[in-house]
Parts: sequence; C-alpha cells; structure tokens
Amino acid sequence: MNMPASVCIFSEELTYAVTNAIKFRGVEIVFLSAFWMLITGDPALYRIIGLSLYVSLTATLIAALVGLPLGALLALKEFRGRIAAVVFVNALMGMPPVVVGLAVFLLLSRSGPLGSLGILFTPRAMIIAQAILITPIIAALARQTLADLWVQYRDELAAMNVSTAGSVATLLWDGRFSLLTALLAGFGRACAEVGAVIVVGGNIDGFTRTMTTAIALETSKGDLPLAIGLGAVLLVIVIAINAIAWAIRRTGERLAGAA
Amino acid sequence: MRAPDSGLPLQFEHTRVEAGNRRILDIEALTIASGAPTAVVGPNGSGKTTLLRIGMGLLKPTAGRVTWGGRENAAATRRAFLFQRPVMLMRSAASNIDYALASADVPRAVRKRKISELLALVGLSDFEARPARHLSGGEQQRLALARALARDPELLLLDEPTASLDPAAAKAVEDILREVAGRGIKIVVTTHDLGTARRLAGDVVLLHRGRVIEHTLSGIFFTQPKTEEARRFQAGDLLI
Ligand SMILES: Nc1ncnc2c1ncn2[C@@H]1O[C@H](COP(=O)(O)OP(=O)(O)OP(=O)(O)O)[C@@H](O)[C@H]1O
Ligand SMILES: [Mg+2]
Repeated sequence: MNMPASVCIFSEELTYAVTNAIKFRGVEIVFLSAFWMLITGDPALYRIIGLSLYVSLTATLIAALVGLPLGALLALKEFRGRIAAVVFVNALMGMPPVVVGLAVFLLLSRSGPLGSLGILFTPRAMIIAQAILITPIIAALARQTLADLWVQYRDELAAMNVSTAGSVATLLWDGRFSLLTALLAGFGRACAEVGAVIVVGGNIDGFTRTMTTAIALETSKGDLPLAIGLGAVLLVIVIAINAIAWAIRRTGERLAGAA
Repeated sequence: MRAPDSGLPLQFEHTRVEAGNRRILDIEALTIASGAPTAVVGPNGSGKTTLLRIGMGLLKPTAGRVTWGGRENAAATRRAFLFQRPVMLMRSAASNIDYALASADVPRAVRKRKISELLALVGLSDFEARPARHLSGGEQQRLALARALARDPELLLLDEPTASLDPAAAKAVEDILREVAGRGIKIVVTTHDLGTARRLAGDVVLLHRGRVIEHTLSGIFFTQPKTEEARRFQAGDLLI
C-alpha cells in the first residue's frame, strides 16, 4: 500500500492504543478495535489471512485432484471390497485434525521417512496435512453425488461403449455443479481446523501463523481484538464463498438443464 | 453386401437368463438377419427388454451363446440401443449427439455437420442449443434416436420407442425408423403397438414367459398365426 509513512505509524500507534484501551474499557471497544484493524489494513492481520487462504486453497486443490476421481471411481467401478472401501473413506471423514497433524509431523520430522525434505514447520507441511485431512471428505461427498448420477447414466454410457476413464470424466463434468458442494465442504474444513496446522506448522509469527492458530494463541494471551477481527474475517470468508458457490451452482445447473 | 466383419446376423443359441432362481429368458434358437425390421412383441414381463439387452451385449446370458456375425465377442462399435426410458446427458441437445459421435471416434472436424444432419432427421433442428432435459418426452425420444444413430450402427435395437408418445409423435418416430431401415440399418424393435409392428416389421417374434412362441413373417403373423398364443395375444387375452 502507498500510504505515507506518517499515516502508517499513526495507524499502528492508534491500533496499539485502542488495543490497550480494551483492557480497561468494555467489550464494545474490543469490537471497534477489531473493526479498526480490518479497515486500516493491519499488515500482521492481512499476512495471516493471506497465508490461511493460500494454505487452505492449495490443500483443497490438491485434495480435489485426488478426491474427485477417487470418488467417481468408488461410485462407478464394481470391484470386490468396494463397500469396505466406501465405509473406510467415509470413516476417514471424521479423522481428528491433530491426529493427521501428528502423522504428517512424524513423516516430516528430521528422523522421519521424509525428513530430508526439511519442510516441517513450513507452509508446505501445512498444505500436506490439510490436503490429507480433506481428501476423504471430498472423495466421500463426491461419491455420494456421483453415485446418483451414475444410476442414470450407467446404461446409456455402456451402450455407447464408454471406457471407465471416459465415464469418470463424464460424471465429473456433468456433476460439476453438485461437486462444488464437496469442494466447499473440504475448503471449509481446511479453513476451520487448528489441530493439523498447529502441529506441523508450529504457529510461527509471520511465517506459519494462520487465522485459526492466531485466534487460539491471541485468545489465550488475552489479545481479543486480533482474535475477534480474525474470527470475523473467517466467518465472512466462509459465508461469501458459500454464497458465490451457491449462485454458481444455481445458474450452472439451470443452464445445463440439470434441474 | 455387408463387409466380412459384419455383426449380422444376430443369433441366439440355447440362450438362458436367470435372475435368482427364476428363468426370465430361455431361447432355443433365434436368428435375426439383415433386412426389414424385426418386431419383438409379447405381454409385459415376457422378456422383451432382456432379449434386447442380450442382443446389445449389455447383459451376459447365464448359459448358451449369443453371436454377432458368427462371433461371440464381436466389438459393439456398430450397435446402438434406444432405451425404454432414455436418459439425456445434462448437456444441450447438440452436445448429447456430439458425445455419442465422440464416443464412436468420429473426428471432430465432421461432427458439427453430422449433428446438424441428425437433428434435421429427427426434426429437432431448432432445439440444438436447448438443454436436452428441458425437451418434452417425445422430443427427448427423438433426440435419443438421433444419438443412437450417431454411432452409425448396422444394428439398431429399440425398446418400445413409441410407448409414451401421442399418435402423431409415434408416427413421426415410425417414419424415421422406416427411412433409417431404408438405408440398410437393421432394426430390432420391441413394441406393444401391433399397428406399429404391422406397418414397420418384416418379421415378428412373439415372446411369452421368456420363450419364443412364434417367429414368422409379419404378413403371416397377422393373418394366419400358427400358434394359439399368437391368436390370443392379438385378441388381447394372452397374459403373463
Ligand atoms: N435384474 C432382474 N432381476 C430379477 N428379475 C428381473 C430382472 N430383470 C428383469 N427381470 C424379470 O424378468 C422378466 C422379464 O423382464 P423384461 O424387462 O425383459 O420384460 P419386458 O417384456 O420388457 O416387459 P415390459 O413389456 O413390461 O417392458 C420380468 O418378469 C422381470 O420382472
Ligand atoms: Mg421392457
């Protein structure tokens, strides 16, 4: 931002003053202060928001690349043990984030099998942990959606001699608007979790601190304005993304004639 | 003359289909040769759909053989199927045909022209960009027919293509089928409409409880049926 230095200092000082003020005043001041940090573009706050979005969006992208085809295969491919596989993937949806964090930690720690990569306590490690956490969510929800579509399409595609790979591609494409819901659920879960990123990221200030880990830390330190500001941003992001996705889905389905 | 790798005739030999411990199809011998359309008739549940699915290769018989041009595992590239209740892909009318063309390896360069031809053939030229699922039942039936024809089949299997259509729409479909048959495509059609069978078919197969009761030329079937069942079926009192 191209603000004159004096204004910047002024804003930082004011933020500091307001932050201190809440220790002696009421809760309204806390909200005012949080609001102030948001509209003045507090750099620490925005760095945290940026990192959170970067980590969770990248994790969602990776999880989608694995989870969507996996969900489609589970929906249409008949093989021994399919039901067991479906139950397993559904069960993985409920994995506690800290446990995933722990597993990735062990994998990436200096003496772990992937320790030589040296990426523990970096955003990359956080992306890996979140991707592992949400891949089963995306796969399981995609399977549900696509299984319904497959019931309709199976005979027609068989009569057109479409291969398994072709059928997967067709299901993913024709189900793309419904699949947004699965992606959103994955992204929402990634954004909201604390356990995995705190274990593998370490909550390092200015490097691996995300919205959720910052909220946890600041709340425990008693810095409520930052915690509340972040909480508000988190809520707004989640609501906005859901609204956008809902609009895309509605229009898309109408245009494609799904509804 | 057909190419040597033709998928015709379609032959059933001791073909049986069982579901659970019920025998739903039991065909000693049936040969469906190239030429005028074959109509498959019979009461509800007599096995018509099952017979067609076997003939398409969508269903494997429990026992016995099915051959296309003498080969048991002939590629299905030049067979097409129109389901009793066709399902449109969630795409436009044109894209539904495009999908079938692509799945039959028709090069992209000629697909656009083929789509126009096929839509014109079934009288849906104005519906090109419309979502296929927004078309009426009769329009979807014709679109499904165009989609089946996109595979450039030599054998076209149709499961009650006129069952849910009003008389005018049924006649439209019948006219298309007659035109298609004139191009040398072998049609096998199941129907409850004996009028359709009489107008369209060269030969008629009567199924009852999974068995072929009678397989004769259409003229003979309707004027001097050989079996008691065929007489009763035409009189409307042959039940499952
Ligand atoms: N998968 C299946 N499992 C069990 N029974 C089946 C199965 N498919 C078909 N059947 C039975 O086989 C018999 C023949 O079914 P089919 O659908 O071939 O009859 P159809 O002659 O096409 O009847 P309709 O005129 O009502 O369409 C029916 O009694 C049906 O209930
Ligand atoms: Mg039937």
